[in-house]
Amino acid sequence: MYEGVVQDLIDELGRLPGVGPKGAQRIAFHLLAADPADVTRLSEILARVKDTVRFCQTCGNVAEADQCRICLDTRRDRTIICVVEEPKDVLAVERTREFRGLYHVLGGAISPMDGIGPGDLRIRELVARLADGTVTEVILATDPNVQGEATATYLSRLLKDLGLTISRLASGLPVGGDLEYADEVTLGRAFEGRRSVHG
Amino acid sequence: MHVRQLVVTDFRSYATAQLDLGPGVTTLVGLNGQGKTNLVEAIGYAASLSSHRVATDQPLVRFGAERATIRAVVVRHGRDSTIDLELNPGRANRAHLNRSPVPRPRDVLGTLRTVLFAPEDLALVKGDPAERRRFLDDLLVARQPRWAGVRSEYDRVLKQRNALLKQGAPLLRAGGRARRPRPGDPDADEARESVLHTLHVWDTHLAAVGSQLLYARLRLTRDLTPDLTSAYDAVSESTSGASMTYRCSVHEEMAERIAAGEVPEPAELEAAIGASLAAARDTELERGITTVGPHRDDLVLRLGELPAKGYASHGESWSFALGLKLAAYQLLRRDLGDDPVLILDDVFAELDSRRRERLAELVADCEQVIVTAAVPGDVPAALLAAGATASVTLGQVSQG
Ligand SMILES: Nc1ncnc2c1ncn2[C@@H]1O[C@H](COP(=O)(O)OP(=O)(O)OP(=O)(O)O)[C@@H](O)[C@H]1O
Ligand SMILES: [Mg+2]
Ligand SMILES: [Zn+2]
Repeated sequence: MYEGVVQDLIDELGRLPGVGPKGAQRIAFHLLAADPADVTRLSEILARVKDTVRFCQTCGNVAEADQCRICLDTRRDRTIICVVEEPKDVLAVERTREFRGLYHVLGGAISPMDGIGPGDLRIRELVARLADGTVTEVILATDPNVQGEATATYLSRLLKDLGLTISRLASGLPVGGDLEYADEVTLGRAFEGRRSVHG
Repeated sequence: MHVRQLVVTDFRSYATAQLDLGPGVTTLVGLNGQGKTNLVEAIGYAASLSSHRVATDQPLVRFGAERATIRAVVVRHGRDSTIDLELNPGRANRAHLNRSPVPRPRDVLGTLRTVLFAPEDLALVKGDPAERRRFLDDLLVARQPRWAGVRSEYDRVLKQRNALLKQGAPLLRAGGRARRPRPGDPDADEARESVLHTLHVWDTHLAAVGSQLLYARLRLTRDLTPDLTSAYDAVSESTSGASMTYRCSVHEEMAERIAAGEVPEPAELEAAIGASLAAARDTELERGITTVGPHRDDLVLRLGELPAKGYASHGESWSFALGLKLAAYQLLRRDLGDDPVLILDDVFAELDSRRRERLAELVADCEQVIVTAAVPGDVPAALLAAGATASVTLGQVSQG
């Protein structure tokens, strides 16, 4: 244990995803030794990002206005929604150029170990978006791992009576992985070969 | 296949060590605590990515060092493959195959296959069901590396489901028999609904992944049993009827069919797990754990009519454990059309002289056998004479 504020810094850094206790310590001491101007710039950006970046009121993607640029784009196909876990997955799917519809970002996946249940995800918002009948197809593009699969099963059961086409990305994605890490070609193929699911 | 070279750094008691090996028998001799088992443990790790002695990697790293490395050069059909592993306790391990990094260490599984018999294996007979489940699952992975993925997926689903049972139990109990749900408490109703829905989802996944694992174990048990019977008899020079049956945690009707040696189709197993989970719902909510699935199963070992556990003598138990490992060796050999590497750690000291000679004869035609012994006199002379010997002293290997 280090004293006071240094330990606080290590603790805070350690709470970031992908940073273990050793990594947190390394970053903390790097910051202590760094040029004060660099550290000031970092802290300013951290403060600004929370003020200016928002989440799209429709789909949950990162946005700089009430709605994200995809939801505002009139050329996108409004009859089809691709459901993903995180905003970074929107980017991954966009890179494939396979998909011209809209997105819905859940904000995670069902994971009881992390205390995340369906009520903690943007599922109510999804159901509300489907109410007016514009959308005819939903693609479940949650991660190809245990949590992502469980979330897809949950959603396919929840939505099964709405008269929509519901499909899941075809296999070929690295099992146990993260959508983000699938290369464009593989992910593109998984989209093309998506198969419809029934709860 | 055989291991041509082993190089370790900061592994167990070794700062660095290199062991050059050939086909045939190599005997590592040295006094207690000098580092013989450490070397064969490294070879086993290169094959299975786990130690036969400890569940975590920390004890494998030399005290005071940050990481350990293992390199094994494997010769198969005349071609070299090099496995490089870096063990970083508390962080992700890294692996190279033929000097190129692989995305996950798991990708090197299958390059080297070993069957390792060590004193700890007595627990296969005398220990908890978990020991026998691990034996089956490790062998599945040695047969087909893809089972490593299925196994870890199952573990994950199980952990998630148990977490949900623990969280959901108070909610569901409150709405259950103890207290009627108060009407006009929509929040509580919704929370209960949501837990039940989610639990159902995990049931589906547990049954889907669990039935794959169960089916694979049942086929393995069926394939392995004849080899077990003949290996036990060969070592003990008797006809003792060593056998095994699979004890399954699903509902009775299915469990009986399985115990009788039947291997039902995966779809049937999936349905049985699903139905058994539904039937166990109340118990599971009460206890907060999953009571049905391959993680609750066992392998019942028998000598004739009697169960080995609790009945077999020490020597019989030892021979049974050895029989299981030799059976695994035969199975892999047949499957792969190639000999795995056989490792016998401290085995001879525990056997009477007749069993020693029998074992030496049994392993004489294996492509590579690595034997450790504290007392060279315990190893049958024929085996010592036929192969090479290396002596191990205080974390140093010297080869003559
Ligand atoms: N992480 C570690 N760091 C340093 N030394 C270790 C580590 N792990 C084990 N050792 C040492 O390695 C030695 C044990 O080596 P090993 O188990 O290979 O002995 P052995 O030659 O097989 O002996 P035996 O004949 O008793 O089975 C012990 O002295 C132990 O203290
Ligand atoms: Mg030893
Ligand atoms: Zn949007």
